[in-house]
Amino acid sequence: MKRRELLFIFALLAALVLVPLLASNLLINFLVTALIVALAAQGWNILGGLGGQISFGHAAFFGTGAYVTELLQLRFGVNAWLAALVGIGVAAALGWTIGAAVFRARLRGSYFALVTLAFAEVLRILANALEFTGGATGLLLKLQPGAAQFQFESRAVFAWIAIAVVGVVLLLTRHIANSRFGAQLVAVRENEDAARALGVDIIATKLRAITLSAAITASAGVLYVQYFLYLDAQIGYGTWISIEALLAAIIGGVGTVAGPVIGALALHALGELTKGFAGSITGIDLVIFGLLLVAAVAFAPAGIVGAWKRYVGGRRNA
Amino acid sequence: MNYPPAIIAEAMVNGLLTGSVYALVALGLTLVYGVLHIINFAHGALLTCAMFAVWALVTFTGISPYAAILPLALAFFAGGYVLQRYLIGPASHGDDSNILLVTLGLSIAIENALLAAFHADTRNLEGDFGFQVIELGPMLISRPKLIGFAAAVAVAGLLWLLLARTDTGRAIRAVAKEKLGARLMGIEVGHIYGVTFGIGCACLAVAACLLMPSFYVNPRVGNAFVLVAFTIVVLGGMGSVAGALLGGLFIGMVESLGGLLLGDSLGQLGIFVIFILVLLFRPTGLFGARA
Amino acid sequence: MTIINQEIIRMSTNITLPAVSRRTLLGATAATATLGMPAILRAQPAPVKLGILQPITGALAQDGDLGRFGAVTAIEEINAAGGIKSLGGAKIEMVFGDARSNPEAGTQEVERMQAEGVCAIVGGFASPICLAASQAAARYNLAYVVDVGAADAIVTRGLTNTFRFGPGIGIVTKTALANLVALNDAAGKPAKTVVLVHEDGAFGSGLAKLMQTELPKLGFEILETIPHPTPARDMTNVALRIRSLNPDLLIPSSYYGEFVLLARTMQQQHIRPKGIYSVLNGAASNFRFVKEFPEAAQGVMDCNHWADPRKPNTAMLRKKADEAGKAWAYNIPLNYSCVRLAADAIERAGSVDREKIVAALTASNFAGHCMPYGATKFEGGQNQGAQPVNLQVQGNDIKVIFPAAFAEAKAVFPFKG
Repeated sequence: MKRRELLFIFALLAALVLVPLLASNLLINFLVTALIVALAAQGWNILGGLGGQISFGHAAFFGTGAYVTELLQLRFGVNAWLAALVGIGVAAALGWTIGAAVFRARLRGSYFALVTLAFAEVLRILANALEFTGGATGLLLKLQPGAAQFQFESRAVFAWIAIAVVGVVLLLTRHIANSRFGAQLVAVRENEDAARALGVDIIATKLRAITLSAAITASAGVLYVQYFLYLDAQIGYGTWISIEALLAAIIGGVGTVAGPVIGALALHALGELTKGFAGSITGIDLVIFGLLLVAAVAFAPAGIVGAWKRYVGGRRNA
Repeated sequence: MNYPPAIIAEAMVNGLLTGSVYALVALGLTLVYGVLHIINFAHGALLTCAMFAVWALVTFTGISPYAAILPLALAFFAGGYVLQRYLIGPASHGDDSNILLVTLGLSIAIENALLAAFHADTRNLEGDFGFQVIELGPMLISRPKLIGFAAAVAVAGLLWLLLARTDTGRAIRAVAKEKLGARLMGIEVGHIYGVTFGIGCACLAVAACLLMPSFYVNPRVGNAFVLVAFTIVVLGGMGSVAGALLGGLFIGMVESLGGLLLGDSLGQLGIFVIFILVLLFRPTGLFGARA
Repeated sequence: MTIINQEIIRMSTNITLPAVSRRTLLGATAATATLGMPAILRAQPAPVKLGILQPITGALAQDGDLGRFGAVTAIEEINAAGGIKSLGGAKIEMVFGDARSNPEAGTQEVERMQAEGVCAIVGGFASPICLAASQAAARYNLAYVVDVGAADAIVTRGLTNTFRFGPGIGIVTKTALANLVALNDAAGKPAKTVVLVHEDGAFGSGLAKLMQTELPKLGFEILETIPHPTPARDMTNVALRIRSLNPDLLIPSSYYGEFVLLARTMQQQHIRPKGIYSVLNGAASNFRFVKEFPEAAQGVMDCNHWADPRKPNTAMLRKKADEAGKAWAYNIPLNYSCVRLAADAIERAGSVDREKIVAALTASNFAGHCMPYGATKFEGGQNQGAQPVNLQVQGNDIKVIFPAAFAEAKAVFPFKG
């Protein structure tokens, strides 16, 4: 079973790596956008899936990663790669700080969800108002393709970078899931009191999870800004990415290793496919998208990965 | 910036009046939240739906938006009941994260169905509802907002009576407190869930009738009220009717004064900062215990 | 007619291999046509594909819908008049893309249009979408004509494929201020104090920032700058502050819903400054506002994109919009004109070759549009003649009051309600 999972991860990565070789830019661009969301969802999954702390505010980390990366380049002339690392670091620190405040206050469940949302909103309002962050006009990164600037003429190269990051996080997630830390996280998710009785330091465990989670989601923000080269408060800190991250993770399979990636790819493919239904009535495509989402939950409540496991398990038992 | 006291007083009154409608939106949310323990992402889309219903009813039949309150509330109660009992409930298998997804999917579907049906245009009720004022000393108080305030307080009162004094109310409170126990007592939990969701939707219908005379509607407008409604729910204590009303009035005031002193954009910051502080230091809400 | 429409509105259903499947489909149709049709139809040249990008769902859906209408009308008209003549009367086929009100979706649609073989793209509406989409199109040297997006960065960052037909925010502000001074001077300088109200997104904040630096230089005193979010739940506070400050002039830059709320509240609160002089406002030059709230709208001035009322296709376009039940707003004539501009470039290029189309746009001096600009002349991608005009709500109509060359009526200022 364990080895099968590893095999699956490598097969998935291999398939993804091949795509830019074979497909058109249309598909590569689709892949990059979906992988950015996948990465945000992978970050969400560490805290929300493994740790059971459902956040509505991962935009706070996505946006911080993106803003710090872009601001360091624009305002201080820092090299893009270094800026990206700092961006991820700052977002991780933000994650730890929010976690320290929120977990000490013992906020759980929907309280936790709402307070993370409020943090993201505060950041959005500030980024939109402050001169330093470009205000509402946003920040435009200068178009200068070149590996040193973390910009690439070819979409394929960028796709490979995104695949590499997603791959690293996949392996990391798998490692965590099988580690002592992972077991502690799951214990916290299932029953905090029992975990405490077993000697798990609840707050420390959650803090580690939110810090790591923030760093991973921030790397999605970094990729976003290096790919699209434009950032404003709505993109960085808007609710859209918080929702896409949790949506992809839950649709794919909460707390599973590959769930967020599969969920993001499936959701974005669904979004593209339903576009064809729009015809002449504006909005019909998204109505269908929404209803399919409901249907997916109704018929695959444990996500795509969960449904697959049940299907495989059912066949083996039969 | 120094403002004369009359302006500050007027801003406070206006904040209270606006807050009362927020309270009404939050009432529906707090009930659903307190009883079903779910975060209803479709709340905003359902409010938009109600606002379009008011717009269509008033525009095509010519009745007053206030006359639409009763029929729309009943219709939305029925619609909400059906939605929860036969769609949200079964589709989510009672799992919290799935309820999130189902209500999220519904909100996307509803919002875009409204877009398909009514197009993206921003619409207002025609006529002079919005312009009537009542002079109160130096203050000019908007009449539709005053009516909204009275109606919101009345609805909160009715809801409180319903929860405190009727069998259905007792059943709702029992389910909210202890689902399993309630089931053992012979309460049909699925039915109570439906009723609660229905009441939540009826509150939205009333809020829509009170909002439309002075506001506008387009397929996305409901979202503007959702975040603030969540804030109110938390401030008031989840599931508390009186808390939602007080929380609504309070947030209305904060927003109004914050807007006056900091500008309307940064004024929004006040709401979220208060929200975070309350959650960190007094998570049961500002106004007493949970229902 | 319906067949043309279906052809135009057709969209891709297949994301993986749209180019191949579409080509196969067209190939099959062409084959059957050759067998059964008379020779004259067989000679019909391949259609020219033109990408139209608009946000028709999401927050900007209202604008996107109007923009699409303008573009479709232009395409129908060009096709009815015999298509692109230098390509043997080739018809324009619209490849429509919904930008879903965000830059990522806009980029994805540009990629799809590229895969479907469009020869140019028109639209975008919002600045973030235009920035992302024009950049994506630049990878393929695909000509991109911006319809509205006013951020100056769109044309100042050196993309050679990007052309903006309308004015950018810098030109708009400059014109708005020059016209304001002229207006005020002509009336004997009744206005000295100003309150700025703006939505806190890119366009409102950008305008306000420029105004804040320029207005004092022109002798106006800014009493206060009031930003507000979109959507705003309540504009009473803004109105109260205006009442307390009692400015001579109010300069608002907001979207439709918020400005209507503000204007209604001001009427309710009996607040009447000497003038409301809005810039790029969503409502002040919208006929629905005038129709629904004639009293609140009376005398409101706006400096905005607007069709030249004296050009013949303006009246035709407005009639079509009325028939289709579309509100008459600037998106329609701007997109109509942008599509005609692109078609003219293809006509002169005599080819769907991208280099040639970009070169034709660069050298464009197209006058067959319906905006008050004169013939187009692009420098660094910006149409030099592009300018906004001043409008005023008078009676139940919106009249051009400035500049004199295009004016239909005299300004009523100061306005006594």
